[in-house]
Amino acid sequence: MRITETQRLITGKAAPLSDFTRALRRLHLDGPLLGGVLLICGFGLVVLYSAVGENMRLWLNQVVRLGVALVAMLIAAQFSPDFLRRWTPWAYIGGLVLLALVLITGEVGQGARRWLDLGIRFQPSEIMKLAVPMMAAWYLHDRQIPPRLSQIMIIALIIVAPTVLIARQPDLGTALLIAASGIIVVVLAGLPIRLMLALAVLSVPGAYVLWIFMQDYQKQRVLTLLNPDNDPLGAGYNIIQSKIAIGSGGLFGKGWTNGSQAQLEFLPERDTDFIFAVMGEELGLLGVLTLLTLYMFVVARGLFIAIQAQSTYARLLAGSISLTFFVYVFVNTAMVTGLVPVVGIPLPLVSFGGTSMVTLMAGFGILMSIHSHRKLLPQ
Amino acid sequence: MDLLSPIKDHHSERRVFIARVILTSVFGIIMLGLVIARLVQLQVFDYEHFAERSLGNRIRIEPVPPIRGLVFDRQGRVLAENLPAYQLELIPEQVSDIDATLKRLATLELIDASDIPRIRELSESGPRFRPVALNPRLDDEQIARFAIQRPRFPGVDFRPRLVRHYPHGESIAHAVGYVGAMSTADLEKLDPSRYAGTTQTGKTGIENSYESRLHGDSGFRHIVTNARGRRVPAESRDLQDTLPADEHPTPGDNLYLSIDLDLQALATEQLAGRRGAVVAMDPWSGEVLTLVSAPSFDPNLFAVGMSQKQFSALQQNLDRPLFNRAVRGTYPPGSTIKPMLALAALETGATNLQRRTVCYGFFMLPNTTHRYRDWKPEGHGEVDIHDAIAQSCDVYFYEISNEIGIDRMHDYLTRFGLGSDTGVDVVGEHEGLVPSTAWKRKAFRNPSDQRWFQGETVIASIGQGYMLATPLQLATATAALATRGVRYEPRIVAAWEDPLSGERTLTTPVRLDDVELNDDTNWDTVIGAMNSVMQGPRGTARAVGSGAPYRMAGKSGTAQVFSVAQDEEYDEDEIEERLKDHALFIAFAPIENPQIAVAVIVENGSSGSGVAAPIAKAIMDKYLGYADADN
Repeated sequence: MRITETQRLITGKAAPLSDFTRALRRLHLDGPLLGGVLLICGFGLVVLYSAVGENMRLWLNQVVRLGVALVAMLIAAQFSPDFLRRWTPWAYIGGLVLLALVLITGEVGQGARRWLDLGIRFQPSEIMKLAVPMMAAWYLHDRQIPPRLSQIMIIALIIVAPTVLIARQPDLGTALLIAASGIIVVVLAGLPIRLMLALAVLSVPGAYVLWIFMQDYQKQRVLTLLNPDNDPLGAGYNIIQSKIAIGSGGLFGKGWTNGSQAQLEFLPERDTDFIFAVMGEELGLLGVLTLLTLYMFVVARGLFIAIQAQSTYARLLAGSISLTFFVYVFVNTAMVTGLVPVVGIPLPLVSFGGTSMVTLMAGFGILMSIHSHRKLLPQ
Repeated sequence: MDLLSPIKDHHSERRVFIARVILTSVFGIIMLGLVIARLVQLQVFDYEHFAERSLGNRIRIEPVPPIRGLVFDRQGRVLAENLPAYQLELIPEQVSDIDATLKRLATLELIDASDIPRIRELSESGPRFRPVALNPRLDDEQIARFAIQRPRFPGVDFRPRLVRHYPHGESIAHAVGYVGAMSTADLEKLDPSRYAGTTQTGKTGIENSYESRLHGDSGFRHIVTNARGRRVPAESRDLQDTLPADEHPTPGDNLYLSIDLDLQALATEQLAGRRGAVVAMDPWSGEVLTLVSAPSFDPNLFAVGMSQKQFSALQQNLDRPLFNRAVRGTYPPGSTIKPMLALAALETGATNLQRRTVCYGFFMLPNTTHRYRDWKPEGHGEVDIHDAIAQSCDVYFYEISNEIGIDRMHDYLTRFGLGSDTGVDVVGEHEGLVPSTAWKRKAFRNPSDQRWFQGETVIASIGQGYMLATPLQLATATAALATRGVRYEPRIVAAWEDPLSGERTLTTPVRLDDVELNDDTNWDTVIGAMNSVMQGPRGTARAVGSGAPYRMAGKSGTAQVFSVAQDEEYDEDEIEERLKDHALFIAFAPIENPQIAVAVIVENGSSGSGVAAPIAKAIMDKYLGYADADN
C-alpha cells in the first residue's frame, strides 16, 4: 500500500534519515510535530499582525513570547518520560499548594484571582494543565488497565481537587479544560463505555447543580448563547459581531488587514479570544479550513506518538496532551462561531498572550520527549 | 485483585488504548465536523446576509446640509451671510449618562445650566445618532477648556459649522427676519429629504417666506465609521473605495432685496428709543425700500442660539421688540385717511370744492348733544376741502361723514387696499379693519350691537373707532395716492440668484386694480391739499416741509389710545406715556414724479406732524438725495 505524504509525515515511515533528522533527534525534537506547530505559529503571526491593527510593537512582543515558548518546548523535550514520571507527584502536589496560595494571596486581575508573584508572575493553573494528566497517568502507570471503579474514584479525586480550586478563582474555562485533560486520560485508559454512558445521563442533574454554582456573568453567557439577539448591544454583542465577521468573510475573505469588522473594532477581543473570527473575515472559509487542517495534523501526529509510546504513563500522557489540544481548538472555534457559550479560551498558538503558549509548547516538548526517548529506535 | 494480577498485559493494554484513540478520534471528528458545518453555514449559505450586515455596520449615510442663500440689499450689501463657528455637540447614543454629562459640562461653563432641560428633551426626541447642539458657539477660551477635558466626555465633541450671521443686526431684523433651530413642528412641515442635516430654518421675515428658495437641497455622503460611530479618516484602507456615490447638496438661491440698507439704518436711528414703524416703498413698482419696526432685536441671537434667560428677556420685554409692528401692528389710522375720504366725498358728491364749513372746534349730530371734538379746541374757522386736509380739520369731515356714509367710505378705503392683506412677501401680516354696516352685522352676535350708528360714521371719518390699519397698508395706500390710482403689491425681494450659474431672476411687480375716479381733477385737489400740509402756509406739517428743495405731499394723523371724557381738557404731562396718542404720518415725493411713499407711526408719539412727519421727511430726503443739502 502506497502511503501518502501526509501519512508519511504523521507516521514517520519510510523516511531515510537525513542530517537534519539526525540533528532533530539529537535535540529530542520531532520533525513533523515541530513542523506542524511552527506552521500554525507562522500562520497565527500573520493573522495576529492584522488583528492587533498592524501594531508592530505588539506583534514583535508576540514573536518574543513565541521564542520563549519554543525554548520551553526544547527544555521539556530533554526530560525523559521516566524522569517526568518520577517527578510527577511532586509537580502535582506543588501545583495544588500554589493554587491554594493563589486563593489566599493571589493578585486580582479582571475580577478574578489567578496570578501568583513568586519572583515571576504566573498562573499556577498553567502548571495544572500538564500536572493533572501527568498525575492521572502516573497513577495508572503500574496498575491494571482498564482501571477498576475504586481506582477511577481516586483519579476523579486527583482531577476534582485542582478543578475546584481553579473554579473558585473563578476561572471556569480553565477548570473545565483541566478536568477534560484528566478525564481524557481515564477514557484512553479504557473507562468502561457503560460507565461513560451512565455519567452522561448523570450530567443532566449535574448541569443543574453547576448552574446553581455559576456566577451571574457565567449564567448570562449561557443564556446569551441560546439567544444572542435578545441583547444585541449587551452580552450578545460579541457573538453577533463575531458571526457577522465570519459570515461576511465568505469563501475567500475580505483580504488580509481588510476586515471591516476587525479593523473598525466592531469585533471585540479581536487579538485574543476572537482572533478566529478575524481569520474567518479576512481569509474566508479557505483560510480557516487551512488552519483547522494544520491543527488536525498536529493532533494526529500527537496521537500517533501516543500509540507508539512504550509505557502506560507515556501513552496516556501523550494521548491526553494531543486530545486536550484538540479540545482547546474545538472550544474556541465553537465559541467564536456561536456553537457553545463564550468561555475565555484563546485559540491555541494563535491568540495574543504568552502564558498559555508556554504551557502548550511544554506539552509538545513532552510529546517529543516521549517519541524521541523510545528504546530500540530505528537507526 | 491487585495482588492477583500484578503483571500488566502490555499488548492488550495497547489494544484498548488504540481502540480508545479511535473512539475519541471519531468523536473529535464529529465535533470538528460540527464546527466546519457551522463555518460553511455562516460563510457560504448565509454569506450575503452577513456581508450586508457588516456593510451596514460600518457605513453610515450622513446628510450634507446645503449652504443657505445670502441676502443682499438693493445695492448689493450683505444683510445675511453664513460664518463659521464652533458648535458643541452631543451624540445621544454615545453617551451613557446624558444627565451627568450635561451637569459636568455646565460646571465647566461650557453650557448654560438653564438649557439642560431643553437639551435633554432634544436628545430624547430625534434619532439617537443625530448630534444635538449643546452650545451653538464656543468662544476661544471655551474651546481650549473643552479640548483639555475632551477625553472625559465620550460622545461630546465640537464641530465647525456655518452659522447665519446678520452683520447689520437690529436695523434689518424685522425685514429679513431670522433663522432659528428647527422645532418639532417645523420637522413635520418640511420635506425630510430636502432638510436632512439641516438644523435651522427661517422663522420670520424673508428668511421664513423665502425659506424654500434660500435653503437649497441637502446632499448626502457615505462615511465609514468604527464601532463607536466615529468617522474613520478617508485615507484609511481600501474600505473607502467600496462606498456608493455621494450626492452633493444644492446651495440655496441668493436674494436681492429692494430694501435700502441706508434708509433702513436711518429709519432705525430716527425711531431710536421709541416704539413705532416706518415703511417706505417705490410707488411705481411696489418695491419696499424700508421696513423698520422699533424697538428691534439682534437676529444673531436666534441664529446662534441663546440661553433660555435671554429668550425670556426678549419675550417679556414690555416694548415687544419681537413684534413686527410694520406688518402686524394695527393702529387707528387717524387723519391719515382724510385724503382718501376727501376723494370719496368729492366723487360721491358728498362735498365739492365750493363747500365751506365754519369750524368751532366741535360737531354735534342733529338732535343730539354729544360733542365730537376737533383736535384744535378753538376751531379752524371757515374751511373748504383743501383747508380741511391741509389743517386737518375734523369738523369738516364730521359734517360730510354721514353724507358719504360708512359703506361708501368702506368702498373707497378698500380700493386703496385698506382692510385686506397687502400681499407683501412677508408672512404674518394683519389685514386691519375697515368697518361697514355689513361688517358690523357679521362681527357682533347681539342684535342690538349689530346696528350701525351715525355717530360711528362720524368718528370713522377721522380714522377712529373700529378702523385699523398696519403701517404697511398705509404705505401702500399712500403709494396709490402718489400714482393717482396705480397700485402695486408691496414686495421686498427684487431678485434671486442661482449661486452656481450666477443667473439672476427679477421678480415682476404685481399690478393691482387701479383706483379709478370719474373726475381725475379730484386727484389734483387732494394731492394739492396734501402738499399744503407740508409746504402750505397753514399746513399742519409746514415746519417740516417748508424750505425743502422738492415738492412733497403728506398727511398727519393722531390716533387716540385713550378716550377723553366730554369737555375734559387733558394735560399731556399727566398722562402716562403709554396712554398718549399715536403719532402717524404719510407722505410721498416728489409730487411731479413720485418716487417714494412713506408711512410712519410712532406709538404714543402724541403728534403726527410734530413727531412722525420729520421721520418721513428724513427718509424722503435721504432717498431723493437731499439728505446732505438739508443738514
